[in-house]
Amino acid sequence: MTKSVEGADVLADQAARAGTHDVKVAASKVSVFYGEKQALFDVTIDIPARQVMAFIGPSGCGKSTFLRCINRMNDTIDICRVTGSIEIDGANVYDAKIDPVLLRARVGMVFQKPNPFPKSIYDNIAYGPRIHGKAKAGSEMDTIVEASLRRAGLWNEVKDRLKEPGTGLSGGQQQRLCIARAIAVNPDIILMDEPCSALDPIATAKVEELIDELRERYTIVIVTHSMQQAARVSQRAAFFHLGHLVEEGATEHMFTNPSDRRTQDYITGRFG
Amino acid sequence: MSATTLLAIVLTLSLIGYLWGRANAAALKKSGIGMHSIPAYHGYFVALSCGIPAFLLVLVWIAAESTVIDRLILAGLPSYVTDGIEGSRMSLILSEIKSVAGGRIFGTPDQAILDAAARYNVLRGTASLAMVVCALAAAIAGMAFAGSRLSAEFRARNSVDGIIRWGLIVCSILAILTTLGIILSLVIESLAFFSRVPVLSFLFGMEWSPQTAMRADQVAAEGAFGAVPVFWGTIFISAIAMFVALPVGLFSAIYLVEYANGTVRSLVKPLLEILAGIPTIVYGFFAILTVAPFIREWGVAMGLSVASNSALAAGGVMGIMLIPFISSFSDDAISAVPQSLRDGAYALGATKAETVRQVLLPAALPGIVGGVLLAVSRAIGETMIVVMAAGLTATLTANPLEGVTTVTVQIVTLLIGDTEFDSPKTLAAFGLGLVLFLSTLALNVVALQVVKRYRERYE
Repeated sequence: MTKSVEGADVLADQAARAGTHDVKVAASKVSVFYGEKQALFDVTIDIPARQVMAFIGPSGCGKSTFLRCINRMNDTIDICRVTGSIEIDGANVYDAKIDPVLLRARVGMVFQKPNPFPKSIYDNIAYGPRIHGKAKAGSEMDTIVEASLRRAGLWNEVKDRLKEPGTGLSGGQQQRLCIARAIAVNPDIILMDEPCSALDPIATAKVEELIDELRERYTIVIVTHSMQQAARVSQRAAFFHLGHLVEEGATEHMFTNPSDRRTQDYITGRFG
Repeated sequence: MSATTLLAIVLTLSLIGYLWGRANAAALKKSGIGMHSIPAYHGYFVALSCGIPAFLLVLVWIAAESTVIDRLILAGLPSYVTDGIEGSRMSLILSEIKSVAGGRIFGTPDQAILDAAARYNVLRGTASLAMVVCALAAAIAGMAFAGSRLSAEFRARNSVDGIIRWGLIVCSILAILTTLGIILSLVIESLAFFSRVPVLSFLFGMEWSPQTAMRADQVAAEGAFGAVPVFWGTIFISAIAMFVALPVGLFSAIYLVEYANGTVRSLVKPLLEILAGIPTIVYGFFAILTVAPFIREWGVAMGLSVASNSALAAGGVMGIMLIPFISSFSDDAISAVPQSLRDGAYALGATKAETVRQVLLPAALPGIVGGVLLAVSRAIGETMIVVMAAGLTATLTANPLEGVTTVTVQIVTLLIGDTEFDSPKTLAAFGLGLVLFLSTLALNVVALQVVKRYRERYE
């Protein structure tokens, strides 16, 4: 049992009780409205722990919207309204007891465009642990920074210039810096919103390799436009179309033998 | 014929030129010849070639005419009138001649003056007739020149473009020349001042009491021109103003950009901008009628002695004036920070305040600093509020409840009323003005550099 006060961090408590639960995220009847417009219709899906789940589908199909529901990033949009429930380790993240700030420390996110803060490489990584009080400044923080950068496969490239601004790195390095930044707060889940769409093929290959390694420790959900990428990195895939979850299953199975006509059309490139 | 009628005639000629040029080109086009430019451009070319030389000629003529005539008149005066007279006395004679020429005769003028007045009238008549002739000649010559170049292959489009380019160059040069003229006049008067009062004793002197004797027989103080207390007053009041404006402006900008929803924002932002539209003299009323008495009563209640025109009242109200300035600059700077940085911070579990303090403000800092520097330079140059609410005596004090004076207040008081431009008292105003101008110029240059660097980062 964790020593946290009852109710302070419901998710941490739940995670400790749940242990290695098979289903990490269980969404049930999730609908999202932007003002009057409904963007997502009754999505129900289970996301397994320590695997890579890929969300695929044409632009505007709601896959990013659903991804942003998992860490409640949609809260930052005024007109956005979410119904239904999303349970992480059995606790509904839309419950009043859940503090979105703590939720986001457990559910990290990596964005389409690398967005390092205009700070040094070191401070970019140290930002999360610092605001959550996870480490004291000094050697404890140095350890976290080094471990995060190593896990993101960036340590050898930047260890001599930790004080230089993170914005000075190349695009691929910036994206791995952002992944390291997310890892530094020690999340359970990492959400990735088209993490390679702004990168060249070599940088993309590096990030995909990294995703495959991270699967050992983290549950990863990745939104991607690239079929090949989904096939390369994911174990399970979900196909979204016009705000509906069309089908979901093992990636290999879905790509070779889709059950829905729309999935087949999309995968074979007939639309999208 | 007045210059206005002449300009109207030139304009009409240009219009005729336009119609002629266009008709000419249209006829060419109709006959099936391939044209380089459309007929309207041929028209524009003729109109501009006709109007611009005549217009410029009239402008130069009007500027030069009176000087030339004055010279001619004075040169023609018999030596007994002009001997031993120069400078201002000469211009008195000249104005007497002009008033006689205008029919306003006082007393019995000298015969030489009467002759000169008659000659003056003749010269004026000849000059204005000559101007009309020359201007019309220029217009017609321009039109003829343009007409000779018109042909199917003539690149009227490019030529018109070239003319427009020169017009734009002339406008920008005018703006720069005006600035140079202002600086020059300031520098010349300041040099006159510094020839009477040494630069070093002006810049570093600790005593300011510019009251000097107006006439030689008056008994008065010698006058002391140490500008330090005056500049201290400006710096002190500006500092108080920034102390008010910086937190309020910056924090309201943060609220509006990061916290307020659309309704509040659309309501509060225009209200804040109303502050920017209030004339400074109204701020001055507010300072002397509301803020100063309030501070005084509050000070009395606390057992403090408060001057009726305390630095706190003037500086505080000036700060209120600067709030929209700071807030709109900070608003722009914070809004310009990419949304992706906000998302990045929120996704790590940062609260709004943490995101603002650790991510947005550092990223927006150059823009905010630029805005603050511009606000400081406005505070330093601000005149009306301090003229109404700040004191007149130059005191070196760090107590905001005492009255201090500022550079702009001193310039105003030095130049108001009967002044003569050869006493150090009046000339001191230009010395102050020059130093003030140089310091705000330096601040503006630095501020614009900072703002420019920040623009390059995001756009």
